[in-house]
Amino acid sequence: MTREEIESREDESMMDAPQMNNPKPEEFFNVNYLRIYYGKSNLFPYSDIHKWLSYGHDGKHPGCDEYYFGRREFSFTLENDVYLRYKSFKNASSMEDAIKSHFPYKIDIGAVYSVDPDKRHAYSQTGTNVFTPVERELVFDIDITDYDDVRYCCSGADVCSKCWPLMTVAIKVIHTSLTEDFGFKHILWVFSGRRGVHCWVCDPKARRMTNEQRSAVAEYFRVYKGNENNARKVALMGYSLHPFLARSYVDYLKGFFEGELQATQSIFSTKDKYEKILAMISDEDIQSELRGKWENSARSSLSEEAISLVRWEQLKNTLQSKKHKAPTLRMCVEEIVFTFTYPRIDLEVSKQMNHLLKAPFCVHPKTGRVCVPIDPNNCDDFDPLAVPTLSQLIEEINSGGSRMDVDDDDDSDTSLLGKSIKFFRSSFLEPLLKSCKEEIESSYKTKIGKSKDSLSW
Amino acid sequence: MEVIRSQKRTPSNDTVSNPKIPLYLTAPQMEVRLEEFELFAIDRLRVLKGVSDGLARGRNPKEMDDLVDTLWKEHMRDPDASVMLNKDIISHFVLRLVYCRSDELKKWFLSMETALFRHRFRLQNFEAQRAIVGEFGLPYKAVTGAELEGLKERLGQVVRSLGQISPTVEAVYYKVPFEEVPDLVASRRVLIQKGFAFVAGSQLVSLVVTQFRSHISKALILTNRKWTTTIREREKDRLTPIVEALSTSYLGPDYSQSTEYAEISLKDIDQVAKSSFPLCMRHLFEKVREDHHLKHGGRMQLGLFLKGVGLKLDDALAFWRAEFTKKVGSERFDKEYAYSIRHNYGKEGKRTDYTPYACQKIILSAPGAGDHHGCPYRHFSEDNLRAALGRMGLSSRGMEGVMDQVRNKHYQLACTMTFEAVYGTSCDAGINHPNQYFEESQKILKSKTPPAPV
Repeated sequence: MTREEIESREDESMMDAPQMNNPKPEEFFNVNYLRIYYGKSNLFPYSDIHKWLSYGHDGKHPGCDEYYFGRREFSFTLENDVYLRYKSFKNASSMEDAIKSHFPYKIDIGAVYSVDPDKRHAYSQTGTNVFTPVERELVFDIDITDYDDVRYCCSGADVCSKCWPLMTVAIKVIHTSLTEDFGFKHILWVFSGRRGVHCWVCDPKARRMTNEQRSAVAEYFRVYKGNENNARKVALMGYSLHPFLARSYVDYLKGFFEGELQATQSIFSTKDKYEKILAMISDEDIQSELRGKWENSARSSLSEEAISLVRWEQLKNTLQSKKHKAPTLRMCVEEIVFTFTYPRIDLEVSKQMNHLLKAPFCVHPKTGRVCVPIDPNNCDDFDPLAVPTLSQLIEEINSGGSRMDVDDDDDSDTSLLGKSIKFFRSSFLEPLLKSCKEEIESSYKTKIGKSKDSLSW
Repeated sequence: MEVIRSQKRTPSNDTVSNPKIPLYLTAPQMEVRLEEFELFAIDRLRVLKGVSDGLARGRNPKEMDDLVDTLWKEHMRDPDASVMLNKDIISHFVLRLVYCRSDELKKWFLSMETALFRHRFRLQNFEAQRAIVGEFGLPYKAVTGAELEGLKERLGQVVRSLGQISPTVEAVYYKVPFEEVPDLVASRRVLIQKGFAFVAGSQLVSLVVTQFRSHISKALILTNRKWTTTIREREKDRLTPIVEALSTSYLGPDYSQSTEYAEISLKDIDQVAKSSFPLCMRHLFEKVREDHHLKHGGRMQLGLFLKGVGLKLDDALAFWRAEFTKKVGSERFDKEYAYSIRHNYGKEGKRTDYTPYACQKIILSAPGAGDHHGCPYRHFSEDNLRAALGRMGLSSRGMEGVMDQVRNKHYQLACTMTFEAVYGTSCDAGINHPNQYFEESQKILKSKTPPAPV
């Protein structure tokens, strides 16, 4: 974009926007809308993002590191897939200026490095001043395309109300574990804009985890080990489930499988579908027995869903009586449930500190939807198809109902994005910043105390 | 640690009394003789290389425990326990100097020392293990009383999930931040609650290994700093040459004196090349016959190898002359090539008797255009390597095993597998020298042919 173009854009007043009124319904995203989204400062929440990623260091306390925000890597993906890495910003306004001059299609957030990423070449790679990540949130990425082998309503990039609940269950299982097992407190879940969710764990302890520790947590969550070469992709060995898996099964997975999943996916209703499940039973005789029952069952007037439920009961009963035949049958029922419902995270995203992840409140270029936060305690209510799109936001501006450009708790903000911003602030940002402030103050006191002690006799 | 020249051994008065495995937390305050400096390090290096070999061969933990036990007894044992302990400590710190000097060296040393520590720890009894945990000064408390009661059911679930039908919840569990035991977390071998993992007494090894590894890793960085800023310069006439040689040292026989098995004469050479040469030398030999020439790298690698297998200087000169004169003529041969052949045999110049190259050296060489030296397992393309292995008589099944090793960059293991496939026998020691390949091969072939009637 040339300088003249930038300047002419900025000259456009809000009232020129009606020329872009009446977008075609399918045109949820276009470059002009994007420029308005980032251009008007009461849509994309620049200062909230800055406050978040400063973790309290933008304050005035002597323990604050004023250069902390500047050592964070950002990356921009521009139109035509031009990719700009190692971008860093001194403060909120230089971040805002950069975004407003590039209008990136995607903004990614990387790690906080030992030195300003922009200046990394000034430092040699050996010795003490190495350019290396020092802090990074513990992140997770769950994408519904990883479940394509177990969802029948959609495949690939599509998502609908029938398969989205897989994401809901994934959030519940992972969130419970992050809080109950690992003791993390500051967790942000974000819609990825099209077909998945991201999770940002922001506790100080999490941000300082090494790659090895991140890998350990990712592996702790890993159950599904699939590729085209094996039919039994979940293998639960031993005589019982690990307490984490047991809790997930009892509290979330079993109920979801026998209820909502059966209703929406009817996983036993056709031969193709039930053969896939029979292949998970590692005993030929049991497979034949069940196949016999189902192949020849009369064309009843039962719905697909009802047929599926009946067959599930038959399978459970058969396995219950035969499970002592072999160790691989012991938890076959649970394995089937886990295969269909247990979260499938992208391990590579979580394992390395330098992995970049899309920023919250970006707009997805394919759907035009904003990457809004999801409340893990109310995730059943989240509908990916009701998330505000760019064109809806622009239309809202045109009809004069835009978000208030304020930081207060005024409940009169009923704009499309207002609710999300409010949630971000009250449920995530405020508690996080409160705890950051306490941490900065106490570690400063400790440091001062230590140096005082060294002077004392 | 002070290195001295005197013959008298000064008894160390800083031996740590209890743990059988020292933790190498601080550099020892003792005097070391210069000879011991090098010899102790070499012995420890044999142990570490044995560990490396075992891991590369995919030995399971129990096998590794046994291997470490054997290696340690073979190279590090001494009837006097305090001498043995000193050797352990000294050799570790010397090798720190050797292996702190680059990222690749650091990574190898860290992996091997950690593995060595892990398996030595596993070989200890529970009391000794507890003592070592204590030595680390880890602040972990045992879980007792009401807290333990409340966890019992889930701890039992963990035990059952690991395959034990009746859960024996152990008597002692340690409450440890989950970050300290990443491998137990990853494999879901512990109960985790509110950020803490509950580690059973029998799982202590994970805990200490993580600590050990982290400590050594930091220490290597500090050692490197000290090395580059002070030690290397200060010791340039004494310890530095030893340290620099140790990291590349090949620890087997050097084949500079040929043995009775290995004398070959010129008339047998083609037949022997086909039957007993390793792939690298077969290739060079074939190329000499084919092109009547070899560039310098190839002449060195093959020439010294032939010396090692017992080719006398006169025969060597005759061999190279017969081939080279087909291309360059007799006068040029005498002028340009004969001298360096004599040089290799120590008959010219400073009269060093050069030793044939070990695999380590050959693998690290960098053949360029027109070169044929180097290690085929490393330097050949997959297609060329398969063709060459086919000519050696490998079946397609045998070849897959070899190619697999190649893909994982275990070139010497690939050569070992080739040896095993060609001669139908196992080679547990592993090939690390072309002349070793030749000798082993000759041994097998000679044992198969009946001795000639007298």
